[in-house]
Amino acid sequence: MITLENVHTSFGPNKVLRGVNLTVGKGRSMVVIGGSGTGKSVLIKSVLGLVATDRGTITVDGTDITRTDRDVLLARFGMLFQGAALFDSLPVWQNVAFRLLRGALKRPRAEARAIALDKLRRVGLSADVADRLPAELSGGMQKRVGLARAICADPEIIFFDEPTTGLDPIMAGVINDLIRDIVTDLGVTAITITHDMSSVRAIADDVAMLHDGIIRWTGPGAALDTADDPYLQQFINGRSTGPMTAIR
Amino acid sequence: MTAPLAQIGAATLGGLAALGRLVLFTAQTLSHLVRPPFYGREFGAALVQIGFFSLPVVGLTALFTGGALALQIYAGGARFSAEAVVPQIVAIGMVRELGPVLVGLMIAARVTSSIAAEIATMKVTEQIDALVTLSTDPLKYLALPRVLAATLVMPVLVAVGDIIGIFGGYLVGTQRLGFNAAAYLQNTADFLTVTDILSSLVKGAVFGFIAALVGCYYGMHSTRGAMGVGQATKSGVVAAAVLILAANFILTEAFFSA
Repeated sequence: MITLENVHTSFGPNKVLRGVNLTVGKGRSMVVIGGSGTGKSVLIKSVLGLVATDRGTITVDGTDITRTDRDVLLARFGMLFQGAALFDSLPVWQNVAFRLLRGALKRPRAEARAIALDKLRRVGLSADVADRLPAELSGGMQKRVGLARAICADPEIIFFDEPTTGLDPIMAGVINDLIRDIVTDLGVTAITITHDMSSVRAIADDVAMLHDGIIRWTGPGAALDTADDPYLQQFINGRSTGPMTAIR
Repeated sequence: MTAPLAQIGAATLGGLAALGRLVLFTAQTLSHLVRPPFYGREFGAALVQIGFFSLPVVGLTALFTGGALALQIYAGGARFSAEAVVPQIVAIGMVRELGPVLVGLMIAARVTSSIAAEIATMKVTEQIDALVTLSTDPLKYLALPRVLAATLVMPVLVAVGDIIGIFGGYLVGTQRLGFNAAAYLQNTADFLTVTDILSSLVKGAVFGFIAALVGCYYGMHSTRGAMGVGQATKSGVVAAAVLILAANFILTEAFFSA
């Protein structure tokens, strides 16, 4: 279980998170929604330790992440970045097996390659792409490779940052299905941030809405349409008028 | 009235803060020298990229500079009948000063820019964040292998540059200025001291360290977007060039002050 209590994060005078409280149950798929620039990425980067929080506590299975060995903590996490964040200079299989080729989880090269090929198959990619460079792949394929890398070391918790951004609707559907299958089959806890409502409906057990630095609404995905929060309704229905104003 | 003073103060404080960040970055990077794991493949790749692929530019720079130096010394020496010192001055000029400084500046242009742009792009595309989430310290994986490789390979590049520069002078001296080939080489060998050669190699190591470290620093501290990558590259090259010239003065003072 992941718990955020009164988490504040700022960059200079810009206060991004202003007291976030959120609980993600073990084995649940939590989707955090919210407009652009509301701090969704900062939220998951805070949990990952990529961004320092000003105050508040973040615990994973009851342990404060600031008091846990960083490598031990990160070994439990997998992350799919918005742009996949594949390493340009490494072929696809070495991207996927990155963790298995160095550091504490190091395996023999042949074994690491075999695991990478297996994970690539798991996300629907053939062994043909294994020796290609990331730049030779389409955006959708890069996302799949990123997904394979995220699950390569069998993490317990996976973070998905805007997994369908920049993809056509069909490829977005493929990625959503993959995420849903992986979360279900591997029994992992997942936190996804997105503003793509088709993603939300496809992969969410629970949904939280982040607005103005705080969690405005949280509840099961099935309750989205019947919730009476005006901010949430404006967001999920894509209305330009309502309590939230867009800069025109 | 006090505005100019305030600006000078702000600029001084800003400069000192930047220096402090660079020193801290250097200490953090070097601390990984004694903390495993070590990334041998990345070190090997950096060695080839910085060392081997810099050979053409180093060779050409040194060749033309050595030739031009011979012509200048001959023309200048002719004013007081000292044309005969061409071999000695080319040798001492290339080994003590021009070899290390020009190779250092060429490496700043080629390697610092490349490292800064590569790491800045990695930062913009979240590859640095990805490294962290994959339990890999970016300084250990990206900075240390490059800094170590540049520090070790630069003395070799400088030695190659010195030799080719002297050869450039030899070519011009023997083919254009009428020097006897054997006498030219003998004068060169007789005039150079161990200290000359040692200073050249030490300068090379220091300049290599500066060039790679500054590239890594500006890459890691770049701001977002294409503009950030461009700014990091430009600032990295300028800072590396200035620091190399400053370090050259300090090292020259240390080796050759009377």
